[in-house]
Amino acid sequence: MIPLHEVLILAAILFAISIMGIFLNRKNVVILLMAIELMLLSVNMNFIAFSYYLGDMAGQVFVFFILTVAAAESAIGLAILIVLFRNRRTINVDDLDALKG
Amino acid sequence: MTFTHALFYLFGGILLFAAAMVVTIRHPVKSALFLVLAFFSAACLWVMMEAEFLGIALVLVYVGAVMVLFLFVVMMLDVDLAKMREGFGEYLPMGGIVAVLLVLEMVIVLSSDMFSPQNMPVPLEHAADYSNTHALGMLIYTAYVYPFEIAAVILLVAIVAAITLTLRARRKHIKYQNPSEQIKVRREDRVRLVQMKSEKRS
Repeated sequence: MIPLHEVLILAAILFAISIMGIFLNRKNVVILLMAIELMLLSVNMNFIAFSYYLGDMAGQVFVFFILTVAAAESAIGLAILIVLFRNRRTINVDDLDALKG
Repeated sequence: MTFTHALFYLFGGILLFAAAMVVTIRHPVKSALFLVLAFFSAACLWVMMEAEFLGIALVLVYVGAVMVLFLFVVMMLDVDLAKMREGFGEYLPMGGIVAVLLVLEMVIVLSSDMFSPQNMPVPLEHAADYSNTHALGMLIYTAYVYPFEIAAVILLVAIVAAITLTLRARRKHIKYQNPSEQIKVRREDRVRLVQMKSEKRS
């Protein structure tokens, strides 16, 4: 059977890979959004594992809500991306400096 | 090593491989397809941990809807790939160090006695007629009904926001007022006096 700490380590490695993805693809907003989705997936994996090993369904309810919010987030993020591309003809993060931040 | 343990390693290995490909591969379409693979193997792992409903929901909602949305957007945008790859390896040492340190710390913490199989034994399997969907539904519609309604409102807001952001207004069908034009108008612009003889009554 699956030991708990192996699931948690798997989720930690997944989280680390997506953090590395954010470092690597600093220019492409689409890949950044995908890396965020991977991060949420690893967090959900932790919730599911603890829900299974502690016998508490509340963890799965939380995963349900996280999935809802993540879907909403990616939909709005992609919509913003499309408007951005329509106005600036680029999705390069370096070109998005209108706020001079 | 039991069969389920071997399956866990198989799905976990595919998941990590797909995730690594998502962040390193050159083409965004391929990266979206590898993200589909990652979500699918994660769904397999969730089903193994008796979260059947969420596993299937992950495939339906994420692979079926969100990833198709990603693919649409990636294919719609005309992205200059060569420019996007500029400075790809620039932050690799820093990102690698952060990622490796993070994994090491987590391994140190998670290998402690608290999460060992002795302290956290694998729970007994449910009977064959146990329904995960039923149990989740009982919880969502009673104890968590208020957050559930809020989640519904969040989805509605997301729909409205996405549509209003991307709706391209058709200019010629829209009638709107221009206040400065309205204020600037003078009598000569609007009233035209016509000199003519009066018509005879027939």
